[in-house]
Amino acid sequence: MSTVLTPETTEPAPARTRGFRMPEAAIAWLQAAPLALILGFFFLLPILTIAIVSFWDYDFAGLYPDFMTLNYVETLGSWVTWKTYLNTLKYTAMVWGLTLAIGFWVAYFLAFHVRTTTMQMVLFLVCTVPFLTSNIIRMISWIPVLGRNGLVNSTLVDMGIIPVPIEWLLYSDFAVVLAMVHLNTLFMVTPIFNTLMRIDKSLIEAARDAGATSWQILWNVIIPLAKPGMAIGSIFVVTLVMADFSTVQVMSGGQSASVALMMKNQMSLLQYPAAAANAVVLLIIVLLMVAAILRVVDIRKEL
Amino acid sequence: MTEETKTTKTTKTTAGLSRRTLLKTGAAATGAIIGSGLVTGFPTIWAQNPITLRQFGTGVSNINAIAEKCKADLGITLEMTATDSDAAAQRAVTQPDSYDIADIEYWILKKVFPAGVIQPMDIKKLKYYDKIVPLFKTGKLTPDSVIAQGTAPHTVGYVEKAGDKTFAKGETELFTMVPTIYNADTLGIRPDLVGREITSWADIMDPAFKGKTSILNIPSIGIMDAAMICEAMGIIKYADKGNMTTAEIDTTIDFLIKAKQDGQFRAFWKSFDESVNLMASGEVVIQSMWSPAVAAVRSKGIACKYQPLKEGYRSWGGGLGLAAHLEGAQLDAAYEYINWYTSGWVGGYLNRQGYYSAAMDTAKEFMSADEWGYWIEGKPAAGDIMSPEGKVMEKAGAVRDGGSFEERMGKVACWNSVMDEDRYMVRRWNEFIAA
Repeated sequence: MSTVLTPETTEPAPARTRGFRMPEAAIAWLQAAPLALILGFFFLLPILTIAIVSFWDYDFAGLYPDFMTLNYVETLGSWVTWKTYLNTLKYTAMVWGLTLAIGFWVAYFLAFHVRTTTMQMVLFLVCTVPFLTSNIIRMISWIPVLGRNGLVNSTLVDMGIIPVPIEWLLYSDFAVVLAMVHLNTLFMVTPIFNTLMRIDKSLIEAARDAGATSWQILWNVIIPLAKPGMAIGSIFVVTLVMADFSTVQVMSGGQSASVALMMKNQMSLLQYPAAAANAVVLLIIVLLMVAAILRVVDIRKEL
Repeated sequence: MTEETKTTKTTKTTAGLSRRTLLKTGAAATGAIIGSGLVTGFPTIWAQNPITLRQFGTGVSNINAIAEKCKADLGITLEMTATDSDAAAQRAVTQPDSYDIADIEYWILKKVFPAGVIQPMDIKKLKYYDKIVPLFKTGKLTPDSVIAQGTAPHTVGYVEKAGDKTFAKGETELFTMVPTIYNADTLGIRPDLVGREITSWADIMDPAFKGKTSILNIPSIGIMDAAMICEAMGIIKYADKGNMTTAEIDTTIDFLIKAKQDGQFRAFWKSFDESVNLMASGEVVIQSMWSPAVAAVRSKGIACKYQPLKEGYRSWGGGLGLAAHLEGAQLDAAYEYINWYTSGWVGGYLNRQGYYSAAMDTAKEFMSADEWGYWIEGKPAAGDIMSPEGKVMEKAGAVRDGGSFEERMGKVACWNSVMDEDRYMVRRWNEFIAA
């Protein structure tokens, strides 16, 4: 409390004799100030700038302050945009479903099948090991595995299982989804593991005593209680996949488009306002998706 | 890298020296001098009155060795910044005070020069102007060559008078840029995997190579390769590949979309290393490529050929332009730098990298007879051919793909260019990538 009040002590105030008490509202404002300032400068201000620039005019040489909706008309009026959004949503849905299933599976195993806490922590840390290398490296290392003359294909051909290498392993939707699932599953495991660990074991015992089967316990007790973790994990995965460009670019061999890749192309051609308009559209869509997730699961209530 | 940081440090202290910075730069300068072996002293006045030139560009010729040699020969410190071509174009126009020398390509110059940020050069001050190959003056390598399509360098090479925003029709006294580096690009192939003769740009669309081809996903260059392909296949005849009409763009892109949907392409590459990996791993057997990428694949011991094709090459060229704000001693230093650049050492260096120097006669003096024979005359190498960094590039007996300088640069079909319908082209290109 004293640190909060220090600025006040520097001013010679008449209130001093009565002991310095700040109005409660002021204290609350002061406490909120650091976060508000950081978010304001590093989050709200940039987003505001993007929103403003998205209405500007541009050509090769520069940007011209203006208020025109042409950037939005061009963005929303083109079938490329729609197709790209659909494609990105397709990736998001597939990756979300897979990471949720795998993430829950792993977390369930860690929380209920591993008995000692030490072992749980050890195994959990093992899950995080891939994070010791960069995203890009983990993604690129799939290429020699999946390529035409890669590990998988040459093994299968050598074993005589397939006559010719499988082409769709690399530079395809399969490769993109595989890499994304690989990159993002841990974001599901962590929050779900966290909520599973908080489940009171006596609830499960009670259910068992009341005659519930394992499936009933899973479906009626554990999954409802794990929902907040799933929701948090889903928010991570959905936002990350919606905003991804490098995975799509590298794993599809440049053959597929994603929303962020489209933005990057526009930026490299100096079409900043067009990219900004795209960014605003993407932001709105992702916010709607997050709102939908939060509508299904009330994180604050169930934590 | 460390060398460059050292030299950079010595530069920034010309105004107001404090005792501390003096000590610091003294130490750094000593380090730089010892490092580059120039204890013998600077030959020109720039040693007493240190001059720094800030050069930025697309990176092909932003080579540390050149900055070091420049420091040693002239005492001029070069601060080099490399960017990609789009960023280079924008920086040239929007931040004209941030550089002294612009190292840019000719097709970018077409956009940049009219912005008034580059001052033309007086050819009387260019010591080696006469030695510059005629390709950059008249567009013809030899008197009977045909002028290529696209943004041919000579079309943006001259202005009538200082301050002009439009280019002169022919040769004048005012040169917009001194050409430094250029080359002829074609398709790269894996001779061990294609299994037949490759003679035409159309061969990349051969159904036999379905799923084994790639073109580059940089719209302004990719569209040119696509144009070479379409014309070779007889789909369309362009009035000027470098400046297509919207109808021509539509035909080209529609053709590409169809080929993509039929699965002709394995991937589209955006960066140098991607093209190397696609080729080296056997994912593709024929694709758009740049010459250093071919060399990189070969250096892995994998057969790769920069295949000459009957329709000719797609060519590109870069040069050095003087920033409009240069004057006085800085301007003199810039001229001296450019004269030094064309005096031969750099030319030899670039030739030995597989590019071409603009002043061939001066470069010849800095190359061995065998190097000149291999790189420029298209003769079989007598001994091993070394890169400027001292790595073996080719074994004795090798012949350069495409042959001699005249054979390669004499068969340029089009130059990299910027189209009037640029924005429309880029939009359609994005559709192709999304399709």
